[in-house]
Amino acid sequence: MSKQMIAAEHVSVSYPIGSLKNIGLKEYIFRKLKRQYEMKMFNAVKDVSFSLNKGDMLGVLGSNGAGKSTLLKVIAGIISPSAGSCRVNGNVAALLELTTGFDAEMTVRENTYLRGAILGYSKQFLDEKYPEIIAFAGLGEFQEFTFQQLSSGMKSRLAFSIACLIQPEIVILDEVLSVGDGAFRRKSEQKMLDVISGGATTILVSHSTEQVKRLCGKALWLERGEQLAFGTDVNAICEQYDEKQSTR
Amino acid sequence: MISRFQKYKFLFYVLVHRDFNKKYKRTVLGALWSLLSPLMMVGAQAVIFTQFFGRTTPHFVVYMFIGNIVFHYFSDATKGGMTSIESNAGIITKIRVPKYLFIFTKNITSLINLGLTLLLLIIFCLFDRVMFTWRFILVLYPILCLTVFNIGAGLLLSGIYVFFRDTHYFYDIFCTILMYFSAVFYTIDRFPENIQWLFNINPVFTYISYIRKLIIYAELPSAQHTLLCAGYAAVILGVGCLMYYKKNKSYVFNL
Repeated sequence: MSKQMIAAEHVSVSYPIGSLKNIGLKEYIFRKLKRQYEMKMFNAVKDVSFSLNKGDMLGVLGSNGAGKSTLLKVIAGIISPSAGSCRVNGNVAALLELTTGFDAEMTVRENTYLRGAILGYSKQFLDEKYPEIIAFAGLGEFQEFTFQQLSSGMKSRLAFSIACLIQPEIVILDEVLSVGDGAFRRKSEQKMLDVISGGATTILVSHSTEQVKRLCGKALWLERGEQLAFGTDVNAICEQYDEKQSTR
Repeated sequence: MISRFQKYKFLFYVLVHRDFNKKYKRTVLGALWSLLSPLMMVGAQAVIFTQFFGRTTPHFVVYMFIGNIVFHYFSDATKGGMTSIESNAGIITKIRVPKYLFIFTKNITSLINLGLTLLLLIIFCLFDRVMFTWRFILVLYPILCLTVFNIGAGLLLSGIYVFFRDTHYFYDIFCTILMYFSAVFYTIDRFPENIQWLFNINPVFTYISYIRKLIIYAELPSAQHTLLCAGYAAVILGVGCLMYYKKNKSYVFNL
């Protein structure tokens, strides 16, 4: 049996809504004094369990607000679950809302190094990979442009290239295979398959069941934070999901 | 812990580089502003306050210069530390990265700035004929203490700031008031002797006066004074770490 990379057991995430920053210090003190202060908790993810082995590709399905992104943040280690546990073996390259986290005033080159460093890579490694990343993103002429000067497609291409070319063990893709123009989309899908066949474990969030059926070996269906289905029978899960979507 | 630090060593370097570059981006004079701003402040203060204190205080310009650069180091590092988590929300909410790194890098950037102004201080000392003694080296001690103090304050303030954005306005006012209590441009010997010790309630004054003793008066500060410097740093660092340890997991929901 191949090595288990991710094991999520009864993961739940709840967080306060109408958070403190909206009411400010004065309101907070008043409410505390009047004992009216209560935090409404929002359960974004409820009791989700699944596991992935090395080389698996998981498709995550669910309508907007189903808790997909929250679950991915748990896997990426950005949020810790409020109940349950999520064990992750290996370094994660999370592509959540691709282009955020770049610095608009820095150049393409500087941003590439910044992102690489955030992902935990050394200077030597990035020096080695940098030409490849730029070539794949097709930004050779734009290396000294600031990030804000790039078009949104170019930004996504850069983010995708960095995340995939540094050979992560676990890749999280949040609706990103739809980035760039047609040519880049084909190229990126091919690259994804290369990364996966290289042994990476991948989690793909997509609204396209067609894409999930074609690429994924496992599927997870979330709705309102609850896990409706998880398994290797991707086709069946996708069909159920499509059916549910069309009757809504 | 060590291996984690190794892993993020390069990130640390990149972030400091970024802070420094962005600070002076699109300026003609660049890093020279680090030197110009204290010079102009001290210039203005010298014109006014020499009339009041300059005649009775030896090396008054150096006296004010030390006050200015040390206080500026404190306020720059703590204000930067306070906003460092919030201003990197784009990274923190999307990629796993130790949040305290952003506070550390802000402090290092401010420390580099202080280093530049310390060079200027040496030039001032030459012009003002301050005697150079081996005690100059000991200045590193209060600076180290203040750096630890600033990191602690940054850990504490950044946490509060994530929850309450009012902190920004409050802290700005607080810093201005604190400056007036830090004897930056006046001497405290006008106050009755039995209340002068009260100034030491203010940690920044404690650090400023420690450095002045070493440089201007070429004397070794008392053991009490030395312990007080370390004590303030340790207490604030402890409080800051406690805040970070208890609350850092909920920062992401409030960014």
